[in-house]
Amino acid sequence: MSTIALNTSSAIGNAAAADASAPVRIAVKDLNFYYGDFRSLKDISLDFYDRQVTALIGPSGCGKSTLLRTFNRIYSLYPEQRAEGQILLDGQNVLSPSVDVNELRARVGMVFQKPTPFPMSIYDNIAFGIKLYEKLSKSELDDRVEEALRKAALWDEAKDKLRQSGMGLSGGQQQRLCIARTIAQRPEVILLDEPTSALDPISTGKIEELIEQLRSEFTIVIVTHNMQQAARISQFTAFMYLGELVEFGPTTRMFMNPVKKQTQDYITGRFG
Amino acid sequence: MDTALPARVAPTTVAPAPWGRVRRSRHVANQALKIICTLFTILGATVLGWILLMLLYEGIGGLSPAVFTETTPGPGSQGGGIANALVGSLILTFLGIVVATPVGVLAGTYLAEYGKASKLAEIIRFVNDILLAAPSILIGLFVYMLMVQPMGGYSGWAGGVALAIIAVPVIVRTTEDMLRLVPGSLREAGAALGAPMSTVIIHISWKAARAGMVTGILLATARIAGETAPLLFTALNNNFWFNPTLMGGVSNLPVMIFQFALSPYENWRELAWAGALIITMSILALSVVARLLLRKDKAR
Repeated sequence: MSTIALNTSSAIGNAAAADASAPVRIAVKDLNFYYGDFRSLKDISLDFYDRQVTALIGPSGCGKSTLLRTFNRIYSLYPEQRAEGQILLDGQNVLSPSVDVNELRARVGMVFQKPTPFPMSIYDNIAFGIKLYEKLSKSELDDRVEEALRKAALWDEAKDKLRQSGMGLSGGQQQRLCIARTIAQRPEVILLDEPTSALDPISTGKIEELIEQLRSEFTIVIVTHNMQQAARISQFTAFMYLGELVEFGPTTRMFMNPVKKQTQDYITGRFG
Repeated sequence: MDTALPARVAPTTVAPAPWGRVRRSRHVANQALKIICTLFTILGATVLGWILLMLLYEGIGGLSPAVFTETTPGPGSQGGGIANALVGSLILTFLGIVVATPVGVLAGTYLAEYGKASKLAEIIRFVNDILLAAPSILIGLFVYMLMVQPMGGYSGWAGGVALAIIAVPVIVRTTEDMLRLVPGSLREAGAALGAPMSTVIIHISWKAARAGMVTGILLATARIAGETAPLLFTALNNNFWFNPTLMGGVSNLPVMIFQFALSPYENWRELAWAGALIITMSILALSVVARLLLRKDKAR
């Protein structure tokens, strides 16, 4: 266990320092979440900063994925799930019924734990999301697809097989395809739900590098089980436990000087 | 932190079990079950092979170019073919599948994507299962009352509708089953891009389940191509070229086989065998294509 703590601390400082002066992009206020009668998020209030990577960590079942899934209201696909409170994205409460959920999701992109390429060509996988909201000419669309693939560091591997099925790519490539598909829509926020937990270490490394590059353009929230990963790539970290936000702060401080004992215990591997 | 290794276990004092504890009777029962299962498998396969061989033996002799070019012969005349029955069957089956496919695919989509576990969906599933097992003669009678009586006579249209009613539950079931195999994560991924549910269904769910859904439609086609009972009350039959408006009796293979096989004329019975062979081979070909499609999709 002590080795984990050692590795974690050696990872700290790899990521760029937190920019506490960055404007707030998402402000969560008194958020509660229910699966039927079960209250799985309890009065969460938390700010996410513009063009910073915020990691949500905590043991399984602590609510970190649930919190992530409120930002684009993807939970609303399931009628028994509901959220109460406020999530302000640029001042607009996204939980308000007046916000069109599909428009919201085009602004707040999401990448899932398991790569989910659609059963269509690599090109169409990326064009799919663009075409939902923009009418582009063929050449404009080609440019956007290339731009997205380049930003997702997949262009060199995929440029000769754009017409082949996205399902034929390796797991790591599929995940980068999903990221390309998401950024092709030019969202403001990207939500990553354990994006590397199904990938090998080399693919994981590529995705982490990619996240670091994407930070210059997008506000990123990542759920991760891997504390070294949180330390490596995030500027801010939120530690959650049993549906509550235990502690939030710049990643370096969270890992070096956690205020709460629970945070310290989790980070040093004493539980979780 | 170091979890201590368990203390070394003391050597066991229990004597090992003696050899020869497995009784002979167990071996006998084991062998007996294997033999019985094998025998009955052979029995089933034999009957099937027998039918196919008999069809080939009796049917190939009757096959000739005239079978495909000439119409069904009159009583007592020589030669003749079954061209009118072949074309009629193609039209009736096509009609049935064209009517049944949109209904079946959309109802199956409702069950898998919208209804899910709701009360209404459960009721529809139950009714669909009953329809799947309904005696086909009842469906013929139903369409007789619904269309043949009000329209004042038999018609190919009534025959097509009767066949469609038989095909719909098959397509509903396979469509729903295939759509339920599409992982929910794929739908979530589509929704996460801001795609409305209709787009997710049409461009993602249907696309992912396409091979299976087409297979279901092919199997439904195979099923209705050989149906006889629902046609007896609807399209009836016609020993001449039928009216192109499909009003009046429309010739078709199953009813033609039924009539000709029971006839006293040698050439009629030969044509019945030829028709049976053609219809069986077509159904076999459809099933093989359906299976190949599904396998190709699984390999992908």
